[in-house]
Amino acid sequence: MSSAPSNAANPAMSMISRINIQQYVVYVGFLAIFLFFAVVLKDSGFLTVRNLSNIVLQTAPITIMAIGMVFVLSAGEIDLSIGSTVAVAALSAAVTMNAYGMIAGIAAGIGAGVAIGLVNGLLVAYVRLPSFLVTLATLGLFAGVARSLTNLRSIPVTDSTFTGFFGSGSLLGIPSLIWWTVIAIIAGHLIFRETKFGAHVLATGDNARAASVSGIPVPRIRLAVLVISGALAGLAGLLYAGRLQAAKYTLGETDLMTVIAAVIVGGTLLNGGKGSIIGALVGSLMMGMLNNGLILMGLSVSDQMIVRGLIILAAVAVSLREKLR
Amino acid sequence: MNTQAPVLQLKDIRKNFDAVVAIENFSLDIYPGEIVALVGDNGAGKSTLIKIVSGVYGPSSGTITIEGETVAMSSATMARSHGIEVVYQDLALADQQTVYMNMFLGRELTNGIGLLDRKTMISETEKLVKELDVRIPSAHATIRDLSGGQRQGVAIARATRWAKKLILLDEPTAALGVAETAKVEEIVQSLKSRNIGVLIISHSLDQVFKLSDRICVLRRGKQIGIRRTSETNKNEIVSMITGVN
Ligand SMILES: Nc1ncnc2c1ncn2[C@@H]1O[C@H](COP(=O)(O)OP(=O)(O)OP(=O)(O)O)[C@@H](O)[C@H]1O
Ligand SMILES: [Mg+2]
Repeated sequence: MSSAPSNAANPAMSMISRINIQQYVVYVGFLAIFLFFAVVLKDSGFLTVRNLSNIVLQTAPITIMAIGMVFVLSAGEIDLSIGSTVAVAALSAAVTMNAYGMIAGIAAGIGAGVAIGLVNGLLVAYVRLPSFLVTLATLGLFAGVARSLTNLRSIPVTDSTFTGFFGSGSLLGIPSLIWWTVIAIIAGHLIFRETKFGAHVLATGDNARAASVSGIPVPRIRLAVLVISGALAGLAGLLYAGRLQAAKYTLGETDLMTVIAAVIVGGTLLNGGKGSIIGALVGSLMMGMLNNGLILMGLSVSDQMIVRGLIILAAVAVSLREKLR
Repeated sequence: MNTQAPVLQLKDIRKNFDAVVAIENFSLDIYPGEIVALVGDNGAGKSTLIKIVSGVYGPSSGTITIEGETVAMSSATMARSHGIEVVYQDLALADQQTVYMNMFLGRELTNGIGLLDRKTMISETEKLVKELDVRIPSAHATIRDLSGGQRQGVAIARATRWAKKLILLDEPTAALGVAETAKVEEIVQSLKSRNIGVLIISHSLDQVFKLSDRICVLRRGKQIGIRRTSETNKNEIVSMITGVN
């Protein structure tokens, strides 16, 4: 006799149980933090529609980068360079836009992200340098580029079509930053979960040798995930520039830790083979909520950093424990 | 005994890893529906030979001919496109993925709009697993949650699913219990009726004598000889393996 009572008889059921186990931690954490703030901050406006939607809006760039990070980590690599890619992309977009118009600016922003992703990807996939070291180096390198690009000056972004599209605008009554989040999550989830490419990303991160003898083009997958991550960090740069109506070298500087924490808490393994886009979304929102709640609680900036660090540490520890079994 | 052309011809294969000569002067023909056992002590070069045929390593010299056509087997994809499947000693499964995704690793089925066709992959996996009597909890199970024997079963099921001409098995029963070993031996024998050639590595001479049509002996990378199983005995093979009379 082959399979014991098989789950396949009820795929919907088995799917639900698998998702629950896998992402249990992030949902519980999300709810716990939400309830805590809802109670503690009920007189400080945490629960207002305006504040909650603000959280989603402010989290948009983090969510977008987290999607890229899910692909990268699932493939067994890491991308630390997003921290400076955001600023390079935003500045490139702003400078180009002011000289040549909106379309050129958008192309420059995304193009900068793709270019950085290509540099990382080629070194990782074909020279076989560890992505941790390569992207640590490019993180520093492009932080320097971002500073020298405009001599530390902030560049205004005044094109109202651009700031509407990437920042303060809305469509059908829904803010554009929410549109970007929703579209990116749906596209990311579909590509990650439902295409051959997504399956190959997971196989590469799980067992690169097995993937390779199974005919999966492992180097191309490694290149692709780093380019995706770069492109999405470029998009995040555009979203910052659109919302703040300016680009500056400091954009995204502190996002790296937030993005990685959001993704890990969301059920993606640090060493590859397993990831979740939906988990990354919930993880990102959790980080955004944490930020927002701590500010509303009136903590000083240094206390916010300490508390956030501790909570992230706890969340990451719990979600990793869950996975180690 | 076999009037068909060989599925695989190896001629003067040599492989060295820098100074280490892992295989030299190796020549062997395998015919459709024939089971050839490859025996030799640890480090004799058996796994290396399989990896040469499957395209993981290019041979340092020598030729590989498949159904009369000389091929430059430079990648695993090429071996697979020639209908050759391998069960590696170290398995080559993606541990955190499901059984059905492993069954279709690198050859995932998609529907009309390019999305994964999980339904078909799952049902094909279930059918195959049932046919081959591989006892796993379900096609959805994660490889990591399976026992060593179950993993072996999945790897063998995958190879038989895709093989058209030749299966290479590197110690397929090393991790298996008595019943599972018998099952794998049955599967190997059933490949004969599909006219698939088999090259099997095993340290169990009982198994080798039970299954094989011919036995090829390697010692320290050198081909000591090939014997028809019906015309030799364990003593001869043991002395060929060890070099002691
Ligand atoms: N990638 C490699 N690089 C260097 N040397 C290697 C490599 N692979 C194998 N060898 C060497 O080639 C020789 C043959 O190894 P191989 O794995 O083919 O042996 P084997 O016959 O399969 O042994 P076992 O029965 O233990 O599986 C050994 O001396 C081994 O150290
Ligand atoms: Mg071996």
